[in-house]
Amino acid sequence: MGMTLAEKILARASGRERVCPDQIVIARVDLAMSHENADLVRKSFLEIGVDRVWDPSKIVIIFDHRVPAESEKTATTHKAVREFVAAQAIEHFYDVGRGGICHQVLPEEGHVRPGMVIVGTDSHTTTHGAFGAFATGIGATEMAGVWTEGTLWFKVPATLRVEAEGEFRPWISAKDLILHLIGRLGAAGADYRAVEFDGQAIRRMSVASRMVLSNLAMEMGAKVAFTPVDEILLDYLRPRLAGELEAIAPDPDASYERVIRLDVGEDLWEPQIACPHAVDRVQPLSALGEVPVHQAVLGSCTNGRLEDLEVAARIVAGRVVHPRTRLIVIPASQRVYREAMRLGYLETLVAAGAMIAPPGCGPCVGVHQGILAAGESCVSSTNRNFLGRMGSKDSFVYLASPAVVAASAIAGKLAHPESIVQESEPCLLEV
Amino acid sequence: MSIGSLKLRGRVRAVLGDNIDTDIIYPGRYLNITDREKTAEHLFELAYPEIRAGLQAGDFIVAGKNFGCGSSREQAAAALKFAGAGGVVAASFARIFFRNAINLGLPAIVSPDVADACAAGDELAIDLVAGEVHNVTQGRIFAAASLDQRAVELLDAGGLIPYLKHKYIEQRRGPCPISV
Repeated sequence: MGMTLAEKILARASGRERVCPDQIVIARVDLAMSHENADLVRKSFLEIGVDRVWDPSKIVIIFDHRVPAESEKTATTHKAVREFVAAQAIEHFYDVGRGGICHQVLPEEGHVRPGMVIVGTDSHTTTHGAFGAFATGIGATEMAGVWTEGTLWFKVPATLRVEAEGEFRPWISAKDLILHLIGRLGAAGADYRAVEFDGQAIRRMSVASRMVLSNLAMEMGAKVAFTPVDEILLDYLRPRLAGELEAIAPDPDASYERVIRLDVGEDLWEPQIACPHAVDRVQPLSALGEVPVHQAVLGSCTNGRLEDLEVAARIVAGRVVHPRTRLIVIPASQRVYREAMRLGYLETLVAAGAMIAPPGCGPCVGVHQGILAAGESCVSSTNRNFLGRMGSKDSFVYLASPAVVAASAIAGKLAHPESIVQESEPCLLEV
Repeated sequence: MSIGSLKLRGRVRAVLGDNIDTDIIYPGRYLNITDREKTAEHLFELAYPEIRAGLQAGDFIVAGKNFGCGSSREQAAAALKFAGAGGVVAASFARIFFRNAINLGLPAIVSPDVADACAAGDELAIDLVAGEVHNVTQGRIFAAASLDQRAVELLDAGGLIPYLKHKYIEQRRGPCPISV
């Protein structure tokens, strides 16, 4: 019998012919990524007491959670990491203003290759499954172990396969698909599992949209989440990576724990919203009634890419953000920022009343750049709406697609983009 | 409490529901605290501050499914450990939290039915080898998943740092070439 993609990569990385679910393997790690919490990793690493990291060319550190430093405490942390990077000759370090959100920068700068084993001290490391990598989050002390040994133990996950066919309706996107799935399966629905997304609806998606699926699959507990390694992906990777790229794929006779089939046109009639305070509390927009929006956030490792800024710019072009609402836009990386500037998206967004924040996690993790007060509601293209996630424990975060975020910013309440943009209307975005 | 014999005894401090996420356990705003001991001050701060207030050394937190879902933040496990919790007994754990707990030497015990039949203040006796959780107060015994050998070794060593320290420093070996 054949192997799933997760089994194939883990077999290879552990020097075995084949592996099966629940087997424990020790795998070679190809890439170890950290952000600000590299400081925690550093402390654990120094406690272990070995002199040198196992391979300074395989460690990537990217500041994104608190950029630029919002406090003296953070500034001290940043400084300690910079000094460690220099002392250990860590080759890949993206300081403030050089990179952006780690999960955007890693593939964008050519660090991710299909078939790799990647660990990151960030739960959304699953994002890199969109590039055919076995990529998952670990804690800081565990990362100190990786910095020491270059290997890590894994339990081989069973695989859940999602086959999505059909065509998306207007204004419906990858974000709606994954929120719908999380709502169906629950926050623990893919716990400890690998997820393979496939089907024509996935294969037609841009790389940016596939990243949304792999990123948010974490919110149903997935250990790793793959989308296909096909020509669209290889076209993205070729200019960024030297050498042969392998179109790694699961075997046709691989064994799956469960297969979910859906038609994105039939099953997704309208935008999906994850309501406070759980990512699996998903409702179709029309079920929610009138929800006033005080803040709208467009950004994050989930949805801060060029196509997200583009759809938002198209919706807000020639309009103004509702007086009750603040629209905060955060390009996912310096590259996305420059490209959005060049294409005029930022001009359009700013003209509508948006505030552009520097590339990074922004308010998603609740430490700066858009904290919510008690009683406020926010619609956000980010990935978590847990209690107190973006500020007060008495605030409310609704997760939605970039299109819904933009439409809601104009309406001042949760809104369907079709209620803002008329079908016959010419687009005012000048590009 | 004796981790060496894999037997734990303590009082249930709180019984929580399903999907207790890492922002509930340890709010993101305190992520720039990197002294593990200090994380304890913010345990359950936004949602259940009273849990920490009355937590005695060795107390257990009991919960439903998917405890620790969300972020990879190790501070969630560290805050529990350094606030004095003797362990977490849950119907299931989110995978990163589970690994963080074991790596920090905090017992994470999977027992599907305990949360439904347990009250704050109950006395628990847990035998990780036999794979059982004994609610001494109620006189009931529940099955628990036995820990993987690797997890046992890590808990026994007091966590991953002492384990690796012993492997590489105290045995006076440098990092060995990767052999997989």
